[in-house]
Amino acid sequence: MAFFPFFVAAWLFVVGLWGVVSSRNLVRTVISLVVVQASSYVLLLGIGYRGGAKAPIVADIPTTSRLVDPVVQVLVLTDIVIEATVAALLLALVVQAHKRFGSVNPDDLRPLRD
Amino acid sequence: MAPHISALPVVVPFLAGPLVVAVGQFAPRWFNDSVGMLAAVAATALCALLAVHAAQHPFAYWLGGWTPRYGTTIGISLSIDTLGAGLATFSALLVTAALTYSLRYFDAVEGLYHGLMLLFMAGMVGFCLTGDLFNLLVFFEVMSAAAYALTAYKIEERGPIQGAINFGITNSIGAYGMFIGLALLYARTGALNMAEIGAALGSHHADWLVIVAMVLLFGGFLTKAAAVPLHFWLADAHAVAPIPVCVLFSGVMVELGVYAVARLYWQVFAGTLSAHEIAVRAVFVGLGVMTALLGAVMCFLQRHVKRLLAFSTISHVGMFICGVAFLTGKGIAGVGTYLVGHGLTKAALFMCAGVLLHRFATIDEYDLHGRGRELPLVGLLMGVGALMLAALPPFTTFMGKSLLEEAAAGAGYNWVIVVFIFVSAMTGGAVLRVTGRVFLGWGPTEGPHPGQAEAAREDTHEETGSPTHTPPLMVLVPAVLLVGVLLLGLIPGAVPGIERFAAQFVEHKAYAGWVLHGLRVSVPVLPPSHISADDYGYSLISTVGALAVASLGLFGRPVRARLPDALGHPAEAAAGVLHGVHSGHIGDYITWWTAGVGVIGGVCLVALR
Repeated sequence: MAFFPFFVAAWLFVVGLWGVVSSRNLVRTVISLVVVQASSYVLLLGIGYRGGAKAPIVADIPTTSRLVDPVVQVLVLTDIVIEATVAALLLALVVQAHKRFGSVNPDDLRPLRD
Repeated sequence: MAPHISALPVVVPFLAGPLVVAVGQFAPRWFNDSVGMLAAVAATALCALLAVHAAQHPFAYWLGGWTPRYGTTIGISLSIDTLGAGLATFSALLVTAALTYSLRYFDAVEGLYHGLMLLFMAGMVGFCLTGDLFNLLVFFEVMSAAAYALTAYKIEERGPIQGAINFGITNSIGAYGMFIGLALLYARTGALNMAEIGAALGSHHADWLVIVAMVLLFGGFLTKAAAVPLHFWLADAHAVAPIPVCVLFSGVMVELGVYAVARLYWQVFAGTLSAHEIAVRAVFVGLGVMTALLGAVMCFLQRHVKRLLAFSTISHVGMFICGVAFLTGKGIAGVGTYLVGHGLTKAALFMCAGVLLHRFATIDEYDLHGRGRELPLVGLLMGVGALMLAALPPFTTFMGKSLLEEAAAGAGYNWVIVVFIFVSAMTGGAVLRVTGRVFLGWGPTEGPHPGQAEAAREDTHEETGSPTHTPPLMVLVPAVLLVGVLLLGLIPGAVPGIERFAAQFVEHKAYAGWVLHGLRVSVPVLPPSHISADDYGYSLISTVGALAVASLGLFGRPVRARLPDALGHPAEAAAGVLHGVHSGHIGDYITWWTAGVGVIGGVCLVALR
């Protein structure tokens, strides 16, 4: 079972990439991108996990308690902030693409094609 | 005093950026312009101060005073050495130049533009200074997010929307791969500081986990650096971004990807991979050569001048990747010197293209045929810029290229010199061809792929609507930059200085010493290298080659028509395939990305075991 989170992380990464590659809708592309990044959350939390340990909030528990790694949780939090920014920006661009191209299918976005 | 100002070049633009965004709508334009310029100049000066201070001995600045205990880090460091701080200075300097150019380039511009430019600068400067791997990725994302938004600055047009979407998605996937790589390294070493990760990996054998982490991290940075086949976003973004933004993309942002790969290799992986240097060299020189060749060929095939310059950047990045991949201090010195020369040259060339766009509302080479005759000075600048790309002595690009050639010979890769000469001839030749056609009216007026002209004409919003007049400032800024390319390499001690700092850059163990233990490390003393007669010879070949390539592009149609079919058809078919591969479709790009990173990963897993 210890390997389970790592399988999930790898699966999310691959399935998200497949989503981006195969997408016929830019909203789906952006959501797939979010799935790709979700794999790093699972991976980081899996790395920081310790069996039988408490959440790393040390205000009211004995200082000798076993704790899960707080560093990875901070990293995940920062990752989420970044992901929210990028996803919001990209979704705003998709809205704009819908206005200007009348479509959110990447096949229809062709002004750059030679 | 200097250590205490370490964080300021990041903090100043981070504060000034949101300020202009918040009050910019209500403030007059001069206010936004002044805040932007002041912040950029301040950041440039602060970075330069840091670089000068680090020239004595490099130092780590621990944010919040959380210094390491017994070699274990608790806080986040800015690890400042002269090459990193110098690159930060260069980034801030180019932002200053781009903002100066913007004063006249944009008719109307809101505080949002200045704010994004300042955030972009904060990201780049932080990226150069930080010593923490996670911090590096965060600054990567800061500069990327600002860059996506700047690409789509003309949000009402179709091209910028698509270019920004392709740019954003490709670079984000690269970044998310890097988070996985970082997580794997943290799992193995329990450290996030680059020096500490490097020390923890030590000289242990690199197993598959470390190699996968390395490939994912390098893959992300090489996406930013536009290594083939991770490069597709670059031409799309450059074709549509406003000119001052292109200046920053080509001048420094793309090169920062190569910088990060060099930084990571020498500060993190050099110990654990020391037994595999030959294999590492082979893999990444191969990647660099592929990038250099594809970029050079694609550059020559373009008629959209901004796309042409974009592919020229890809080609030169290929040279930089080779320079880093030689794994010597000399290679790093060559990249550093060439990077400055190339960045200034490319910035000036984009600014010249901006003058054309501003004046004629098109950037298509054939549309512009002969129309540049009214702008002889701009033509002169563009011609000189082309010769700089062809690495003519005594320009800084020539100094950098001769160091790269020495590094190639030193690493046993003499044949790569031929690739370098090819790059200089093709990219210099392509820009000379544009100069000849646009400013002298040479060559035919009708070209292949008329579809490209359509895309080149869509840019009409950003320019001021006075087509009979070009503001002198828009010619002055690129002229100053080109004078910089001429003079910088000639300053006595400049190039030998870069060589010494590069020799320090590749000291894997010493880095851990000064970052983790606060040791005072002095810069190694080296005998300065001399430019040999061979280097002048190579430069002569590439310059003559550039002239030949340009004349072939201008007057070669009868020659090409007379080619035997057995030669002509495959060449045309190949060009058609290359155009087709650069489809503009995000799904295709990510397929290439996945395949590219997969192949690099597979090769590394086999070669580095």
